[in-house]
Amino acid sequence: MKSNTTKKLQWAFFAWFLIFPVLPVPNYWITIGNYIGLYSIVALGLVLLTGIGGLTSFGQAAFVGLGAYTTAYMSTALGWSPWLGLFAGLVVSGVAAALIGSITVRLSGHFLPLATIAWGLSLYYLFGTLEFLGKYDGLSGIPSLSVFGQDLSSPRVMYVVIWLSLGGCLWALLNLLNSRPGRAIRALAKGKTMPEAMGINTATYKILIFALAALMASLSGWLYAHLQRSVSATPFGLHMGIEYLFMAVVGGVGHVWGAILGATMMTGLKSQLQDWLPLILGSSGNFEIVVFGVLIVLILLFARDGLWPMVAGVWANFHPPQPAVVAPEIAPEGFGDMPRRTKPSVGSLILEVSEARKQFGGLVAVKDMTFEIRAGEVVGLIGPNGAGKSTMFNLVSGVLPASSGEIHFCGKRIDQLDSRHIVKMGIGRSFQHVHLIPHLSVLENVAMGAHLRGHSSPLSAALRWDRHEEAQLLFLAAEQIRRVGLGEYMHTAAGSLALGQQRILEIARALCTDPTLLLLDEPAAGLRLKEKEALADLIRQLKAEGMSVLLVEHDMDFVMGLTDRLVVMEFGSKIAEGLPAEIQKNETVLAAYLGGIE
Amino acid sequence: MDMGVFAVLAQDGITNGAVYALLAMALVLVFSVTRVIFLPQGEFIGYGALTVAALQSGQYPRLVSLLMAVGALTFCVELGTALYNKRYKPVPKLHLMWSAIENLAYPALIWVLARSIGWQDMPMAAQIAFALAMTIPLGIMIYRVAFQPMAEASVLVLLIVAVGVHFAMLGLGLFIFGPEGSTTRSFTEWSTEIGAMLVSGQSLVVIAVSLVMIGALYVFFDRSLYGKALRATAVNRKGAQLVGIGTSQAGRMAFGLAAGLGSLAGVLIAPLNTVGYDTGFVVALKGFVAAIVGGLASYPLAAAGAALVGLLESYSSFWASAYKEVIVFTLIIPVLAWRSLTSGHGDEE
Repeated sequence: MKSNTTKKLQWAFFAWFLIFPVLPVPNYWITIGNYIGLYSIVALGLVLLTGIGGLTSFGQAAFVGLGAYTTAYMSTALGWSPWLGLFAGLVVSGVAAALIGSITVRLSGHFLPLATIAWGLSLYYLFGTLEFLGKYDGLSGIPSLSVFGQDLSSPRVMYVVIWLSLGGCLWALLNLLNSRPGRAIRALAKGKTMPEAMGINTATYKILIFALAALMASLSGWLYAHLQRSVSATPFGLHMGIEYLFMAVVGGVGHVWGAILGATMMTGLKSQLQDWLPLILGSSGNFEIVVFGVLIVLILLFARDGLWPMVAGVWANFHPPQPAVVAPEIAPEGFGDMPRRTKPSVGSLILEVSEARKQFGGLVAVKDMTFEIRAGEVVGLIGPNGAGKSTMFNLVSGVLPASSGEIHFCGKRIDQLDSRHIVKMGIGRSFQHVHLIPHLSVLENVAMGAHLRGHSSPLSAALRWDRHEEAQLLFLAAEQIRRVGLGEYMHTAAGSLALGQQRILEIARALCTDPTLLLLDEPAAGLRLKEKEALADLIRQLKAEGMSVLLVEHDMDFVMGLTDRLVVMEFGSKIAEGLPAEIQKNETVLAAYLGGIE
Repeated sequence: MDMGVFAVLAQDGITNGAVYALLAMALVLVFSVTRVIFLPQGEFIGYGALTVAALQSGQYPRLVSLLMAVGALTFCVELGTALYNKRYKPVPKLHLMWSAIENLAYPALIWVLARSIGWQDMPMAAQIAFALAMTIPLGIMIYRVAFQPMAEASVLVLLIVAVGVHFAMLGLGLFIFGPEGSTTRSFTEWSTEIGAMLVSGQSLVVIAVSLVMIGALYVFFDRSLYGKALRATAVNRKGAQLVGIGTSQAGRMAFGLAAGLGSLAGVLIAPLNTVGYDTGFVVALKGFVAAIVGGLASYPLAAAGAALVGLLESYSSFWASAYKEVIVFTLIIPVLAWRSLTSGHGDEE
């Protein structure tokens, strides 16, 4: 892997913070630095959850509270070691987050933030009401941390502990994001259909990032409890939960380093405002909160993506960024042994659709369709707009379950399976409206398709134990990119490609799932002539390699020279089937396309 | 617990529920038209109640000064936007004139009225109307300044902006009204006995106002063309613009209504409870819980959710008063779990 100067500089900058406590700086600075570190850890979790995974939480302060109160109670009332308190706090927060997550992740987007507001409040009131947690006075007399008999009570020593923890979280998170589970998490932001079609279990990954963010918050709470040596309910209320989200959004919620920038900005700004505003405006009102609120609105008006992209943009002028993810040049060891599906022998029956029907209320979108595809065939499913082609496509790809009838793939019934399970059986697909993560490179987007080809867990990814498998997956993705002819765009951001190239990218992504049948949903729609020709060449090449393809199109010219057989639909039913040349002369088809003479 | 206590708690719960219903509806309204989760709702509760209290005690309502300041700011934003866009389109003189009337002349008129009329002797309805005449334009101005420029932004960004506005209004509330809370005169001393239960006129007024508002909103959004146009805006901004619906108008209208409903809720609770500048936040959040119970979409369901929240709060304050808030806010978890199980599929973007 090439050396990455920007990355090194970022870490060097981070290390500079660690030198702080040995310098003769005032204690006040150390205190501010401690809080920046504590807040950054929580904000980092929010970057993962909100910026990358697309879920919003106002309740992180409550998880900080769970971590802090757990260790506080165990080390005071029970007299246990703070290290046991850390472990217990992580378990409590993790379990709570997994429970709450499993309830809310399946609901639509805005329910989660509202729910987090509610449980943030209810936990806050609970901390303040429970007898054994000291009611609103909280718990005090919490012991300081110690390692091998060394006392860590001094704020300067705690500073090092906090920033080392932050550094650890940062390292693990950066590793996680640049891995198989990380790509699955990034895919979540695109909704449900695309990741599920790549075999990614979206619900599990949502709960995972929710729990991870809670674990980071809990760690921050543990550090806080042993730094402050006392806890009370106030710092775990809703306002703090809102401020954590602020920090992440102001710093740049989609960027890991933005969390630290945001926490630094907000903490520094607040302490400055608290010092200066009363001198200017008098102390009759709570002006810092007004200025704070106004600044938030202004920052979002002028920098909607937060401050980090601006900083990174300026830096990129001096030092153009290098690709973050690079595939190995030569096949990594063991690449040849990766499991590959054996292609069924040419001519054998692979897809069998019999009497498939889909009803939406009184509307029959697909009416008892029957057709089949044999291995090595390119079959076109055509028909005028509104004929039910896309619904038929969704039945085969598992986006919709069939109302009646059966669909078999290689002898197994698939009409009631989820798309996640169908892709596992060897059906890859592309989308009519491309589903890409625009700011990620072509390589990273295509590698999402290789999800099912790897097994590395989030833990092994965070600790870099997955590097061998990761190299295999990236090499696999790079191979597919070259196979479809996008090799020169390997490290280009997917969003900057032309539409035709994006469609081809999606085919490469589908090829990564190692399909025996490829479903293409209107791949030629909106393409220019040259792009259509390139696409047709690619499909011919895939056919020559033994791939079976089902092509949904309404562009007659495009399918004519390309397909072995055509199935024509109108008003949900099959009106014709046969060789392209026959279909071209078929009276019924001509009537359907050109309008019948009545 | 005997029937008497049960009935008193029920009456309490339903009265509070009626207030939460107003708040829940305002939330649903703003969310469904602008996609903003309107956290500053709570501040309007305090602003409304404390302004009526100031009027009743014969003080100058300092909210007028804020209205004039925010009005001036709004006009500056309008003027600035018009000048900035001069390269693409001519300065909209008529629009700016209206803006000046709305944002400069109107607050000045309110100031004159506040100074010249002895408001403490006026009937309570007039005092409430005058308070609403301040808070409703304030809501519209806030929409213009903070939300309209980023109407296309994601729900998350809009939510954060709402939080920013909430902070600013909270701090300003402390400055304007001071740290102490107040109560207002009661609407009526009248009460009646139904069976063994004493029904206060106060409760009946609150419930009646709330029911009328629910009915009016329901009819407006489900039966009138303009109401349907507002809902169209929520579903698809661009589509609504293409068929000629003014999306900015819709946003102004939603914020004005929400500000009005919020301050009305404040006015309704002020005779029975001490309302401070920061009381509203938690009250509004209970409105949120009610709205979520109703699924953030339906007015009658939100009202039912509000009654549930009110009753739950009332009975839990009797049995486990320390855990009252915990119980109310935890209600949301089983409700969401139930919705999650019944909704089946997640949404698509």
